[in-house]
Amino acid sequence: MTGSVGRRGFVAGMSALFLGACNKVAESSVGKSLFEKAPGWHKAVQRSLADRMALAIEYPRSAISPTFKANGSKTVDTDFYRAQLENGFADWRLEVRGMVAKPLSLSLDEVRALPQRTQVTRHDCVEGWSAIGEWTGPQLSTLLEMAGVQDGAKFVVFRCADKYVGRQYYESVDMVDAMHPQTIVAHSLNGEALPEGNGAPLRMRIERQLGYKHAKYLAAIEVVDTLENIGEGMGGYWEDRSGYQWYAGM
Amino acid sequence: MKKHALSTRIWHWINLICVTVLFMSGLNISNAHRFLYWGDYGFAAEHAWMAVPRFPGWMTIPGHYNLAVARDWHILMAWPFAVGLLVMWVAMLVNGHFWRDLRTTFAEWKPAAVWHDIVQHAKFNFEHSGGKFNFLQKVAYGVVLGVFLPGMVFTGLAISPGFEPAAPWLVEVLGGRQSARTLHFLFAWGLFGFAVLHVGLVLVTGPVKQIRDMITGGKA
Repeated sequence: MTGSVGRRGFVAGMSALFLGACNKVAESSVGKSLFEKAPGWHKAVQRSLADRMALAIEYPRSAISPTFKANGSKTVDTDFYRAQLENGFADWRLEVRGMVAKPLSLSLDEVRALPQRTQVTRHDCVEGWSAIGEWTGPQLSTLLEMAGVQDGAKFVVFRCADKYVGRQYYESVDMVDAMHPQTIVAHSLNGEALPEGNGAPLRMRIERQLGYKHAKYLAAIEVVDTLENIGEGMGGYWEDRSGYQWYAGM
Repeated sequence: MKKHALSTRIWHWINLICVTVLFMSGLNISNAHRFLYWGDYGFAAEHAWMAVPRFPGWMTIPGHYNLAVARDWHILMAWPFAVGLLVMWVAMLVNGHFWRDLRTTFAEWKPAAVWHDIVQHAKFNFEHSGGKFNFLQKVAYGVVLGVFLPGMVFTGLAISPGFEPAAPWLVEVLGGRQSARTLHFLFAWGLFGFAVLHVGLVLVTGPVKQIRDMITGGKA
């Protein structure tokens, strides 16, 4: 018995030493800088191995999962949102603004009247789970072309109506993901209007990145040249709050 | 000639650090969602084939639940791990280590020969004539170098949504993204099992000399 406790103590002791060393590395300037750079290496290699327009897998309708898990915010806690849920989002506007020649403010009917893309794709949460659904909506590129992106624009920021644990949700991608054919502003899931828990009335689909990039309850699309002045400057809700990787392709 | 080539020794120790950090940060990531699935999707207990235990802090990097920092480690250390494995395979093929020491022959796979090796191993008799490794060692190293380690890289790529457009076939041959995630987990524990066996056998066969030889190279 003492032998086994001793061995366990040894393993735990080794682990504590190793974890301490790992913490020192993680908190050093070299460690921090490597952590910041590594997602960019994945992005560079992933994008160099595939065509810029190469698609994530699209499934047949028969592959759609029995339900589509709602995660994070499952509603927007405002009187305006409750009223909009009642009246079919008749007064909801989607703005396209920032570094654009012609800012837009679109109703849901106007969003639905644009050329549409329907795709059955898999949603991968950073936690590890996946769900499959059929999404319909205009491509983000259509909206950006209508508004006319100005020279020097580098990022597209998604402004959301919801607060999660007291903070405004937002996300951002670079122009490569913004212009990708599967990047759509979805208003429907599995042929029905987007459910409340999944981001009604509009949510982003960024199919080559993890779920936290797919902003829900979308109110505005903002074209910018830097992310520094938005939120706490890291490019998204989870990036600001918990240090999640801005590039979420891995 | 040395017992262990320089390339083998450098890779062995770099790989040990990589695998340890990847395994422990991986257990932290596992704590984010403890169900494993087969197929393309899975997000609830009723789809799962297995619910894995929650791993305690002393087994994870960092030592408390933090998905962001665990992923920082995992995303960084994947690089020296994968590049190191590729370099090691090229070195093994070029310097003859694979062909000379690791390759099994047809005769070794005969049931009587396999049984003989198992019996000798169980008696802790590790003397064997001809060749550096006996049959069981070749199989163990072969499975680790040929299946588990590259399996970690390929299943890791397959669960990365940004990699998928480059090789959607990889996700499909692995049986879907959730199957790839399950295999990533199983291969990781396969490597853990190998590590326990490997360290155990080093301990019973003269650990000081064995470890020294893996640093200095030793005598062939």
